[in-house]
Amino acid sequence: MTNSVKTWWKSGTQWVWMSAGAVSISMVMVFGLLLLIAIRGLGYFWPTDIAQMDYRERDGSVVQLIGEYHDTELVSASRLRSAGYNISTDDEFITRYLLKTGNRDVTGIDFKTIIKPNIIKQDYPGKIIAVERREWGNFYGYLLDVKENGKVVATDEAAPEALNKRLERATDLYDRIREIEKDDIGGINYKLERLRLKQRELELENDLTPERQQGIETERKQYQDEYHQLQQHLSELYKQINRDSFTASVAGGRTVEIPLAKVVRVYRPNAMSVMDKSGHYLAKLWEFVSDEPREANTEGGIFPAIFGTVMMVIIMAILVTPLGIVAAVYLREYATQGPLTRLIRIAVNNLAGVPSIVYGVFGLGFFVYFLGGNIDRLFFPEAAPAPTFGTPGILWSSLTLAILTLPVVIVATEEGLTRIPKSIREGSLALGATKAETLLRIVIPMASPALMTGMILAVARAAGEVAPLMLVGVVKLAPSMPLDGNFPYLHLDRKFMHLGFHIYDVGFQSPNVEAARPLVYATALLLVGVILILNLAAITIRNHLREKYRTMEA
Amino acid sequence: MSNQATLEDIPPSRMSHRVDMATVGRTQSALDLASEQISIEVSKLNLYYGEKQALFDIGMQIPNKRVTAFIGPSGCGKSTLLRCFNRMNDLVDNCRITGEVRIDEHNIYNKHINVADLRRNVGMVFQKPNPFPKSIYENVAYGLRLQGINDRRKLDEAIEKALKGAALWDEVKDRLQENGMGLSGGQQQRLVIARAIAVEPEILLLDEPASALDPISTLKLEELIYELKSSYTIVIVTHNMQQAARVSDYTAFMYLGELIEYGDTSTIFTNPQQKKTEDYITGRYG
Repeated sequence: MTNSVKTWWKSGTQWVWMSAGAVSISMVMVFGLLLLIAIRGLGYFWPTDIAQMDYRERDGSVVQLIGEYHDTELVSASRLRSAGYNISTDDEFITRYLLKTGNRDVTGIDFKTIIKPNIIKQDYPGKIIAVERREWGNFYGYLLDVKENGKVVATDEAAPEALNKRLERATDLYDRIREIEKDDIGGINYKLERLRLKQRELELENDLTPERQQGIETERKQYQDEYHQLQQHLSELYKQINRDSFTASVAGGRTVEIPLAKVVRVYRPNAMSVMDKSGHYLAKLWEFVSDEPREANTEGGIFPAIFGTVMMVIIMAILVTPLGIVAAVYLREYATQGPLTRLIRIAVNNLAGVPSIVYGVFGLGFFVYFLGGNIDRLFFPEAAPAPTFGTPGILWSSLTLAILTLPVVIVATEEGLTRIPKSIREGSLALGATKAETLLRIVIPMASPALMTGMILAVARAAGEVAPLMLVGVVKLAPSMPLDGNFPYLHLDRKFMHLGFHIYDVGFQSPNVEAARPLVYATALLLVGVILILNLAAITIRNHLREKYRTMEA
Repeated sequence: MSNQATLEDIPPSRMSHRVDMATVGRTQSALDLASEQISIEVSKLNLYYGEKQALFDIGMQIPNKRVTAFIGPSGCGKSTLLRCFNRMNDLVDNCRITGEVRIDEHNIYNKHINVADLRRNVGMVFQKPNPFPKSIYENVAYGLRLQGINDRRKLDEAIEKALKGAALWDEVKDRLQENGMGLSGGQQQRLVIARAIAVEPEILLLDEPASALDPISTLKLEELIYELKSSYTIVIVTHNMQQAARVSDYTAFMYLGELIEYGDTSTIFTNPQQKKTEDYITGRYG
């Protein structure tokens, strides 16, 4: 018996089991986490049924409530009793719900906690409407009538159809207004600003001749005319969009009038079939990934954040690749291997362990204030005192992250360079290639899969990093994206939005944390997805390179 | 092919008995380089790795368009000497050389010599086949592209010529765009030779070119060497004495960094002047 245990121990099976166990635990944790954020995040977009109930308050009065169930938990009965609830059951634990009642403009709060025994009766009437608004969060209630210029045009049975039709019109108008405000007027403002800078530049250089001044004035006049035209058009559209409204009654019987200009969509979750709900779900999901945020980021989509994250990572990769290759090639191929190179290598490796916020502080001090400040002084004196590059922006964020991820790229590339067999290098040198030619034509291409491995690690780290970005360029809400239709299209000086920061902002800094929590999960899921896609792209490239440069031992 | 050797011609053990020169069709004669043109001239060559001296006072003349073989036990410095001819030893840290190696009347260790040009003129094939991880075409084109030849027609011609020269053309002409790493060991070695002769060097250095190959590939390679000798000066390092006897015109025996004996191949193998040479080729050590 002892003998067989001994042989089993000697065979090393226990180590295999331990390794397998460690791997399984890691896998379970990773997939568990992903599953949690996926369920919490993706569930948010599903239209929940809206309950209407009579509920007995703590003081014994009965109120009517309308809302969706948001969260459930078990609370000990004694605790509730001491909190003033009058509970007659003998159960030790009582179910407590968090009910999303919406109507913040009417009641002042979105959520209400209720306990199960105090619900007197509840049902799910099909006529309840949920209204997604551009302000004040969701609205729940019963549709009464639809108005045009304050006069009732449809009531009762005719109201829903009239509402839908008019809402469609209002949404169209809203889109047009947005387009004009953002693209057309935004473009004109940008051009006017450039014109102002041009004039200032000429002034500073004492080159502002009367003819030039004249030219600038005519141009400005032209833009201003365009602007006024658009402004007129806009006020017309505003008049049109403000034409319609509808009234609805809320729980408790009060009526509320809601202008259609403030409405995103109206739906009746209780009356929707599974197919309808799926359609609604997909529409919401699409809105989430493709639209801009509303209401302090707690509603709408997060497209600018996705775009900002991806763009920052790509710029980072473009910056870090040449830097990493050059450093690794010098360290491995040209530098004399000795105590000094060893010291540099240790320093590079330790750089990877420096807390990222330190990089943020460094980026702010060196890149933003020193480099950016000097660039402004040298190249953009006309914009002073407003900073151009001397303020946090996407370029500085990418550079800071490039420095942060540099050690990873250097180490991986060096690793790759060491693995190129000496015989291949000699083969190239023996044909009359210089060292540089050998490096460029044979060694670096062959080491490129290792470089890509470094890039994969760098991208994963950079896309998830938030702390340093808060100092060097990320903002809660960027008015314009770093890539747009205004010349020169790529604006590296602009601030940007980032998924990681968005999670922090929505989850911990928003005025309505409870309402925004599912969005945090959804954003986290999306961030993981974005990192996954970026990594998959890098891995595909690496595998392609590996196939291309596979050597004898492979 | 003039040398119709078969598998049986290659003995199972490498150097256990004296080579019978009759089997390789040689007659005996003394070293007489007066009738030859000299391609490489080595004089008073000393080489040090740090403090350790690896070559001692080497002096020899290598004739043009002949095959010269270096034999000797492992670590005797024959590869080191070979690598002196295209300055591959420059790549070794703390390697120091005194003396002269003259190729075409120029001392290649002179400061003004362009090493890249030298290596273009003195091609080298290594022990293990080392094709680049590129297509067969690009492997052969590599040296030409380094010289700035990128014209497709010129390249096509040169590559066909080189591959034919290396007796590989018929085997790869339909798959020039395939990866050179996908060829067999023997084919890879011939590809490397094609790569070396594509730049049209005058001298080819072969550093144990057959040691990683199977017997049949070895045979093909030896036939190739026999054919190449009409156009190139070939210096070959080999462990295999039968091979030296079969392919070379002249043989140098080295021992512990010294050139012990250098002479006509048949003389070295049948009537060595030095005791050490005789001991080696009769298999008393090595």
